[in-house]
Amino acid sequence: MSARTLADISAGEELLSVDDISLSFGGVKAIQDVSFNIMKGEIRAIIGPNGAGKTSMLNVINGFYHPQVGTITFLGKERRKMRPYMAASQGISRTFQNVALFNGMSTLDNIMAGRTLKMNKNFFWQMLRYGPAMNEEIEHRLVVEEIIDFLEIEHIRKTPVSQLPYGLKKRVELGRALVAEPTLLLLDEPMAGMNLEEKEDMSRFIIDVNQQFGTTIALIEHDMGVVMDLADRVVVLDYGRKISDGEPAQVQADQNVIDAYLGVAH
Amino acid sequence: MFYREAGQFKSTYKADQAIFPILQDRMAIAFYLAVAFIAVPIFGSDFFITSIMIPFLVFSLAAIGLNILVGYTGQISLGTGAFMGVGAYSCYKLATIFPDINIIILIIASGFFAAAVGVLFGLPSLRIKGFYLVVTTLAAQFFLEWAFIRIPWLYNYNDSGAIEVPQRETFGIIVTGASATPSVRYLIVLAIVVAMTWVASNIIHGRIGRAWMMIRDMDIAAELMGVRPLYAKLSAFAVSSFYCGVAGAMMVFFWLGAAEVESFDVNHSFLILFMVVIGGLGSLIGSFMGAAFIWVLPVILRAVPNFIGIDVNAATVEHLNFMIIGALIIFFLIVEPHGLARLWALAKQKLRVWPFPY
Repeated sequence: MSARTLADISAGEELLSVDDISLSFGGVKAIQDVSFNIMKGEIRAIIGPNGAGKTSMLNVINGFYHPQVGTITFLGKERRKMRPYMAASQGISRTFQNVALFNGMSTLDNIMAGRTLKMNKNFFWQMLRYGPAMNEEIEHRLVVEEIIDFLEIEHIRKTPVSQLPYGLKKRVELGRALVAEPTLLLLDEPMAGMNLEEKEDMSRFIIDVNQQFGTTIALIEHDMGVVMDLADRVVVLDYGRKISDGEPAQVQADQNVIDAYLGVAH
Repeated sequence: MFYREAGQFKSTYKADQAIFPILQDRMAIAFYLAVAFIAVPIFGSDFFITSIMIPFLVFSLAAIGLNILVGYTGQISLGTGAFMGVGAYSCYKLATIFPDINIIILIIASGFFAAAVGVLFGLPSLRIKGFYLVVTTLAAQFFLEWAFIRIPWLYNYNDSGAIEVPQRETFGIIVTGASATPSVRYLIVLAIVVAMTWVASNIIHGRIGRAWMMIRDMDIAAELMGVRPLYAKLSAFAVSSFYCGVAGAMMVFFWLGAAEVESFDVNHSFLILFMVVIGGLGSLIGSFMGAAFIWVLPVILRAVPNFIGIDVNAATVEHLNFMIIGALIIFFLIVEPHGLARLWALAKQKLRVWPFPY
């Protein structure tokens, strides 16, 4: 398959496919022979018990880890070793399990940071902060403000993110990932440590992002209720292997999955 | 700060993105600039201008340079003294090779040499962080000090091993050398420092400054947002060294008049690092506060006994000086580890809502 743009791929076609990926750190086999795909426009959940290799999988997809075996095809193009900023420029954006915001900056600057790749005015104009550089700032500020509005965080626009409560930090991080206008959005435990209300808010945002912006989402989540409600399809990992893949109901009924979560009698 | 910004609503993003969005802040800056440009040259004594204001401005600029690297990009450096030296020596060589070119242009140009050297010694930052990076920048410091002594071409084979500032004129006014008046030298230094501070503030508030801060706060996430660590770190080293280089060139050409390698030793690197830490990491105004604290306060303290008519010998004054400054450093760092700039910001915030607690 040759490289294609997002527009060439219609909803329901394959956006990303992961084939026979194996990743090990020394003797530890984090991922073994895992294959799955993500269709355009869907919400794809990756679940599994602790240490199953879910976060490693996301790290492979956005270029932090380089698998020893296997290929990743994104937008019809197979990729070799790549750095995270290259994945970012191809349209893969993500949030982290432990909130990875820029603590020394305000909410606004954090979200503006998500626009980095879209900004290109040169050093000369940056020095003057005038003309093209200033226009660029304002043009991107408009996009950022739309996302701020969407996520309902107008009131904390100028607050340093280090002062925000956890739930809002997660929301700011989602905003930062969203302003990059990603083709594929990876969410690593977007609801970890949240109370019911915050989870409901976050679920609503995820659905809205998927519906309104048509963004394809891959998410890792431990709250099974949320996963079953949100996800179109679920892939289950355990000890680095794929043990099940399919629609939520189907996965839920899978004996392998039940065994992995509840244990088996020996 | 007995003012309220109540009623100052921003109706455009442009106004909201301004560096000083509050009217009173803009007025205060204009006032300080007026004092610096008009009152100081008219009313300041030669001693005040040469021993306090010029070094204060020079060190402020060097501190801004180091702050870009340490405070904004999170890369620690102990090579500041040497980078200032690169600026000074290259300006000296440029002045020798191109005697007809305006000295102010040469001073700015010498910054580019410092930037190039800074980028070279910044390369290890791509692989190593924190204390290990300190050690490699320390290597830069020692290597460059060695070069300033062992390469006689740098000081024109002068027997004393020192670089001496030639006399140069700009628009018929003597600006460097022994016969330049303090006011003229002061005004040139001030103009360069103000212009470069303005530029630094512009860069920091824009895309490039954000990329630096992203690298500082969370390099993994920064890379994921599309920041290339190579460009971000090396551009910080380049800009930082540029500022230090210009500061070094000004230090020799407008303040000391002559310099040897001792003016660029590791003590100066430490001095400027202290200015940055005490003033406030990641704050331009903090760079000025740090420079004032470390440089101006001792000079003032030294003059106090004389001024109030107590007869103490010079050595005692010097000892007292060390004790007072040392105690103040500890005091300020305990009160606010983030430096004077943060203390200033907190005070402003408190005063803004005064007399209410919030």
